[in-house]
Amino acid sequence: MNGTQKRMLGRILLSGLLLIVSALLPVEGLARFLIFLVPYFTVGWDVLWRALRNIARGQVFDENFLMALATVGALAIGDYPEAVFVMLFYQIGELFQSFAVGKSRQSIAALMDIRPDFANLERDGGVEEVDPEDVAAGSVILVKPGERVPLDGVVLEGCSTLNTAALTGESLPREIAPGGEIVSGCINLTSPLRVKVTKPFGESTVARILELVENASSRKAKSEAFITKFARYYTPIVVIAAALLALIPPLFFHGQWADWLSRACSFLVISCPCALVISVPLAFFGGIGGASKAGILIKGGSYLEALASTELVVFDKTGTLTQGTFQVTAIHPKDRQPEDLLELTALAECWSDHPISRSIKEAYQKQLDPSRVSDVEERSGRGVRAKVDGHIVCAGNDKLMEEAGAGWRPCEETGTTIHVAIDGVYAGHIVISDRIKPDAPQAISALKSSGVRRTVMLTGDTKAVGEAVARQLGLDEVYTQLLPAGKVSRVEELMAQKSPKGALAFVGDGINDAPVLARADIGIAMGALGSDAAIEAADVVLMDDKPSKLADAIRIARKTLAIVRQNIVFALAVKLLVLLLGAFGVANMWEAVFADVGVSVIAILNSMRALKQVPCSQAKGAS
Amino acid sequence: MKKHFKLVDLDCANCAAKMETAINRIDGVNSATVSFLSQKLTLDADSDRFDSILKEVVKVCKKVEPDCVIQL
Repeated sequence: MNGTQKRMLGRILLSGLLLIVSALLPVEGLARFLIFLVPYFTVGWDVLWRALRNIARGQVFDENFLMALATVGALAIGDYPEAVFVMLFYQIGELFQSFAVGKSRQSIAALMDIRPDFANLERDGGVEEVDPEDVAAGSVILVKPGERVPLDGVVLEGCSTLNTAALTGESLPREIAPGGEIVSGCINLTSPLRVKVTKPFGESTVARILELVENASSRKAKSEAFITKFARYYTPIVVIAAALLALIPPLFFHGQWADWLSRACSFLVISCPCALVISVPLAFFGGIGGASKAGILIKGGSYLEALASTELVVFDKTGTLTQGTFQVTAIHPKDRQPEDLLELTALAECWSDHPISRSIKEAYQKQLDPSRVSDVEERSGRGVRAKVDGHIVCAGNDKLMEEAGAGWRPCEETGTTIHVAIDGVYAGHIVISDRIKPDAPQAISALKSSGVRRTVMLTGDTKAVGEAVARQLGLDEVYTQLLPAGKVSRVEELMAQKSPKGALAFVGDGINDAPVLARADIGIAMGALGSDAAIEAADVVLMDDKPSKLADAIRIARKTLAIVRQNIVFALAVKLLVLLLGAFGVANMWEAVFADVGVSVIAILNSMRALKQVPCSQAKGAS
Repeated sequence: MKKHFKLVDLDCANCAAKMETAINRIDGVNSATVSFLSQKLTLDADSDRFDSILKEVVKVCKKVEPDCVIQL
């Protein structure tokens, strides 16, 4: 509790005490009125002051004004204890509200507590503790065991294990060795590491994640926009209704002034839309915070909303459902040695970072001499074409072979076939196969049980490979041999098939899927730890490479949306009910205060549930 | 140009919404969001007139919610 809150608590207690004393004093008439003014001003002077000041500034209809009007009205008709009590209760509610909001903001801040405080910079033979923002790219830092990695870099010396839980929500530690890329925000567990910094702090993973989560609230969900709009009309309407209630029955239908004034006052008390205005964004904020704790970054409330209505999930295959680490399983050369073919292919692919190229280079094992290669040309969705030792080597799929005019032949082995042509003549092929991620089947079944109607896989791979993977995973549909442009048009077709309210989510590794990520209702990039491109392009980012996190994300989104709906329905229902009861004189100011402050408090408490996201494993145990 | 500002003593969610509407009406402001929960103002406005727009924003903020101060 901070200073302001403590002072407020003191005033509330004092005023409560004075109210009891005033109620017990046996005085009547003007003296009684004056005595009740003491606790009234003790607790409510600031509300009255702000109301006056805001009117002077042309801001009517704020909650201070309404509370002031309601209580002054109550004083005017002689309901002294009610007036004091309403003000007292209002202040108690406000205090509780500020306490609860402060508390949940703190817990969200704690969730996002990944900002490193310092970096141990090596300088002039010594080590100095400096602010991570002051470390330039290229410098060398030391990360001791137990410390948070302050900046992104490459390990120069030391082998250790890293705790990436703060970034990925994954509790299993990661191994790291010299040459390995290290991301800021992880915690070094076992032994010291010397790290060469590759990016300044402003571009580091931690800085990007923090920025993303902090700005998430600027992309508002539809229900948030609805509340803002609603609030704009709700208050004036209720105030006008109150005025009519106070004037019309006494003027035209011989009503009692005091009776109808008191009914009007209770209207004014309910007229603030606070419960909704605070609790709805708070629930979204909580949901986004809770998700980021689980290693799922959601860029805004609107995407949380879209995620909850996901009915069609489209996956990219490589790197998303499969591990993307290919292994060479067969080499079928024509008229030459297998090692020869592998060497030429490895050389042609030596500049490419495609998973297929990497596995070919891995299979070759020996050091490659890039000076033997020139005129490298990557053909998206086809393969690569390069000059090796003066010969033109084309390595890629059948389409590339047709382009090069080489007579290729299919291979009976399942896997991805890399055909090779040298100077336009077919030279054989290399077969590579990929492994399915261990949690991929579970991810698909979890999606289906959570109500996703269709799961589709898109791949640039051959029909045989794609269909084999789809069968193994239990996917509904598979489209194979697609170029990046083909993926976009396929996604567009699928978008046209879904129901208007449902959303289409596309899951990819974020590196070469940017156009599709942008086209889908929700673009989800996975395995994004350290990949800036993915964080930029996607709406939702899964920090580790587990597809099963997607089902978690949908679950979190649905829970958050459910909380939002509960709050909207609950707050509106109670307010409407009390308004009706108040108009008929059944409910008085006490109920009205509950409908205002009590409902806000309950809605805020409900919203705070969005923060607590049960991990998948536990959720399953419970159901 | 887009900039973030910290808001001190912003303690009413409805006022935050009102501030946001008022700031968005200022000429030269492309978009503005006031987040009650992160107590932040994100202001996207014309770069060449940014300072004068910012002055206007401070004025509007003072009018809507006098207790709240924009930390510059």
